[in-house]
Order: sequence, then C-alpha cells, then structure tokens
Amino acid sequence: MSKWWVKLEIFLKDGILDPQGKAINSALHSLGFEEVEEVRMGKILRLKIEGETEEDIRDKVRKMSEIFLANPVTENFEIRVEKICE
Amino acid sequence: MRIGIVVFPGTNCDYDTFWALKLVGLDPVFLWHKDTNLINVSAVILPGGFSYGDYLRAGAIARFSPLIDKIFDFAEKGGLVLGICNGFQILLEMGLLPGAMLPNNTNTFICKQVYLKVENNDTPFLRKYSIGEILKMPIAHKEGRYYVSDSELVKLENKKQVVLRYVGPNGEIDSKFNPNGSVNNIAGVVNEKRNVMGLMPHPERAVEKLLGSDSGIRLFLSFLN
Repeated sequence: MSKWWVKLEIFLKDGILDPQGKAINSALHSLGFEEVEEVRMGKILRLKIEGETEEDIRDKVRKMSEIFLANPVTENFEIRVEKICE
Repeated sequence: MRIGIVVFPGTNCDYDTFWALKLVGLDPVFLWHKDTNLINVSAVILPGGFSYGDYLRAGAIARFSPLIDKIFDFAEKGGLVLGICNGFQILLEMGLLPGAMLPNNTNTFICKQVYLKVENNDTPFLRKYSIGEILKMPIAHKEGRYYVSDSELVKLENKKQVVLRYVGPNGEIDSKFNPNGSVNNIAGVVNEKRNVMGLMPHPERAVEKLLGSDSGIRLFLSFLN
C-alpha cells in the first residue's frame, strides 16, 4: 500500500451561472485584460489517500465524489492523481 | 401532537420554530442529529441555520447524520417532513426533493422580506392557504438559488410540485422579484407524494404581526388535526 496525493477539481456544469466567476471576469476587464472571455471558479480538494494502485485510488475518489464531494445535479468533477507521497 | 425539530451543529432557527409550534398549541421536541430514534413524532421539521458551517455545500455534511436515515424512512412511509431554508438544502442533498441549491446570483447573503405566491396547495402543509394567495415572509440565505435541469423543471411544473414562487407585492411573476436567481422564481417545492416540502423563506419568522407578518402561522396550524 502507498499513500498518494490526489487533486479533485469541482466546477459548476457548463451553462449554470457562476456569479463569482462573472465578477472576477469583470474585474479582469477593468484591469485591462479584455482578452479574457469567461472565468469559472470552482473548488479544489487535495486528498492524501492510501491505496494499492493509481486505478484503485481513482475509483475510491470517484465514489466519494459521486456520493458526497460533488453534487451531480450542478457540478462536474475531475480527478488528478498527483504523486506517491509515502 | 408532537413535532420533532432536528438540531445539527450550526442550526440557529430551532428555537424560532419551537416558538411557532408552541404558539399554535403543538408539542415541539428537539431531536439531536446524532439520535437514532424519532420518538414517535407526528412530523419532522428540519429548521434553518448553517449546519456544519455550510462547508463543502449547504446541507452536504448534515445529510449524513445518523438521524437522517430515520427521517428518510419516515418520509418514504408517508410521514410529514418540512425543510425550512437550511432544512430545504438538506432535503435536496438527501434526494427527498428534486434539484439543488446554488449560491445566490447576487453573490451576497440576502436578508429581507419577500412576497410569495401560493401556486399549489395540494399538500398537507399548505392546506390552510388558497391558491393564488400572496404571503409575506423573510428570507435569509446565501445559497438559495434553486436549480433543476430544464427537463426536470418541466416535469416539476407539470406535476404541480412548485408550491411557492417569489413574486411582487401584487403577485407579479417577474425576474425583478426573484431575489436569488432561482429557476422560475421557485421558493418552495414538494415531492411527488406531497408529504415532503422545502422552502427557502422562513415561516417561523412570520407568525405574529409584531414580526412584520403572520403569513407563516397557518403553515404550523396545518400540523394540527
């Protein structure tokens, strides 16, 4: 068994208004960064987690995301297994 | 009639709800979220507040409290379950009601009086109200933007599960009277069996004229036989 760092990214689904992202986008425009078309702000969770293989880790994080960490009605998530830490 | 009020760490409308139930002659009891017994209550109310600090998403952590399984079974058997504000958010996370809550489109916490229209009264909770009636109650939330997918929204409307809508003082349904960006100005919904209801406004804060409105009192009266 090894320990891994996993990064879980959670974002609102496309088409759902993200008021924070919108406010940040306007602020960027005020700062002169007119080329920014859209900003979406999400959440990142980093989990230190024990497992046999990368696939095993991925399955576990997918399961916890589906039942708890992300809301399937409004959010999409992406799992990035970063590295073995121990 | 004994009515259970579920208390989580961070609940803050438990005593207001207790007061409202007492006022109409009911027998409220507090149920700690770690309890595993509903002690034969006739109905369950999930009150407002910030269970678990609203961490992750409002209601997301409370939804896994031990008492929640009992409430789920109670509702499945036809028991009356009402969720107010944070309680509504918990019912959505439990999947007892369709949809989800998102942060308000204003990016702010909103605390103000709003007008609501009773769209459907075919549920035990609203049996003392008439269809089309305009109510006044306060809202106080940051995550109150009710969302369902377009296809779910059509089903919800067709099955008359939308019971309360944000409106103007004369019942106008307009986006300018939508405080938080909820789809179709939705403020309250019921499940298909109509024994579970969630609403973002606070009826327990509108039970006496002194509080600015007594529009909410009949909701508590509806629990009386």
